[in-house]
Amino acid sequence: MMLAVEWFWLDWPWWADTVVRLIFAIVVVLLPAGVTVYLYLFKMVSFMQSRLGPMEAGPYGSMQLLAEVGKNLQKEDIFPAKADRRVFALAPYVVLLSTFLLAVVIPFGPQATFINLDTGVFFALAVSSVSVVGVIMAGWASASKYSLLGGLRAAGQLIAYELPLILAVVGVVIQAGTLNLQGIVTAQTEGEIFGFGGLGNPYFFTQFIGFFIFLVAVQAELTQVPFDMPIAESELVSGYMTEYSGFRFLMFFIGEFATANIFAFLGATLFLGGWQVPPFVHDLLGVDANWQYFNLIGPGVMLAKMLLLTFVVYWVRFTFPRFREDQLQKFAWKFLIPLSLLNIAVTGAFKVWL
Amino acid sequence: MNLGSGALGEIASRAVSDYSNFLREYLIVGLFGVLAFATVATFIGLARVFRPDRPTAAKIENYESGVDPVGDGWSQSQIRYYIFALLFVMFDVEAVFIFPWAVGLEQFGVFGLVEMVIFIFILALGLAYAWRKGVLRWV
Repeated sequence: MMLAVEWFWLDWPWWADTVVRLIFAIVVVLLPAGVTVYLYLFKMVSFMQSRLGPMEAGPYGSMQLLAEVGKNLQKEDIFPAKADRRVFALAPYVVLLSTFLLAVVIPFGPQATFINLDTGVFFALAVSSVSVVGVIMAGWASASKYSLLGGLRAAGQLIAYELPLILAVVGVVIQAGTLNLQGIVTAQTEGEIFGFGGLGNPYFFTQFIGFFIFLVAVQAELTQVPFDMPIAESELVSGYMTEYSGFRFLMFFIGEFATANIFAFLGATLFLGGWQVPPFVHDLLGVDANWQYFNLIGPGVMLAKMLLLTFVVYWVRFTFPRFREDQLQKFAWKFLIPLSLLNIAVTGAFKVWL
Repeated sequence: MNLGSGALGEIASRAVSDYSNFLREYLIVGLFGVLAFATVATFIGLARVFRPDRPTAAKIENYESGVDPVGDGWSQSQIRYYIFALLFVMFDVEAVFIFPWAVGLEQFGVFGLVEMVIFIFILALGLAYAWRKGVLRWV
């Protein structure tokens, strides 16, 4: 089976290999963002609300995204008179920086990784909180009351839900016994459920509490609707983005939805078995788990799992009403964090005694 | 107890060329950062070609629902964010300690489990104390 695929990454000079990785990085960050924004944010919400959504630009409005980009390209880039200009200009960069760095560690196949860090999960959780800095920068530098309130709310919310996110992932790390994302995928593939290995052991079976906490925390980290206090449009106009216009505003928008996808990729890797297909498919095809062609199949599998998870994100977004600020903090500190601590203790006990 | 499989043990035992590969991985992390900046700069720079630039006094005023802005934009805000930030720091440091333990649990066995349950219990006690003191209440 050592055929066509192998030449593609093994014998390239390091610089060429890196350039290919960087090109794929842009594809991984921007393309799924476009797909999910059109599919879910434009179309699915429209059908849920008994309307058609965009229909004019292209067949079924599929070119709507390009139209939006074209529109925002022509918009004036307004800097408020009182704003701290340098910080104001820098904030969207920091938000997108967090998104790109988060994408670095996601594996898409046995060799198809950007980098295979030993501390993958830890790295991902660390860089995911960089976006908080960008949001506070945007809120503070705008010198507007709405922006400042939005920025502070975002900071309070993101740090409150950072903890359940981290603690939920610890359960997975205990089960897999590694921080390496590739290792976690392998552990799920080789796992068994009561001696039955046909499905492997995707951790949403055993870590269902962790999976629930992870989904809730991700929803909050993305400031999607039940947790959209920072940009609550009926109270704060648009929160920390109020003073932004044109393409600088669109960068926040892209950052938000690209991060949603990357978090969904991360969730798929941690809880749904990653790029790997269920092991009974290996037997059907008569191949082993590191078959060369999984480097081509893997991204497709990841895309399917990512679409499934982002579907849940948007479904919740369009279904639930907004939390109040005190309810939001209460939910994180008095429910999710104790629950995730309990989850860690129980998972540890199972790991040691079973 | 074999801890040689940890990251530090591995670095120490690797040959020089392996170590260089290890650093190259982090070079790619740096390049991704550069790529993020380049992407945003390209888009915003591209917009510079198309967009008008005619700031007027009314346009660059802060937005306060259409009325003239009152006072300074940097108004005072609630102290309660600060207390939550302090609590966060406490729990975040805890997370740093939990991860190495979670990786090595298989080797540590019952001893490690008991140790960590005590650790988590002390932390939960801290959370319970903050709860009891009413710090977690958002008034």
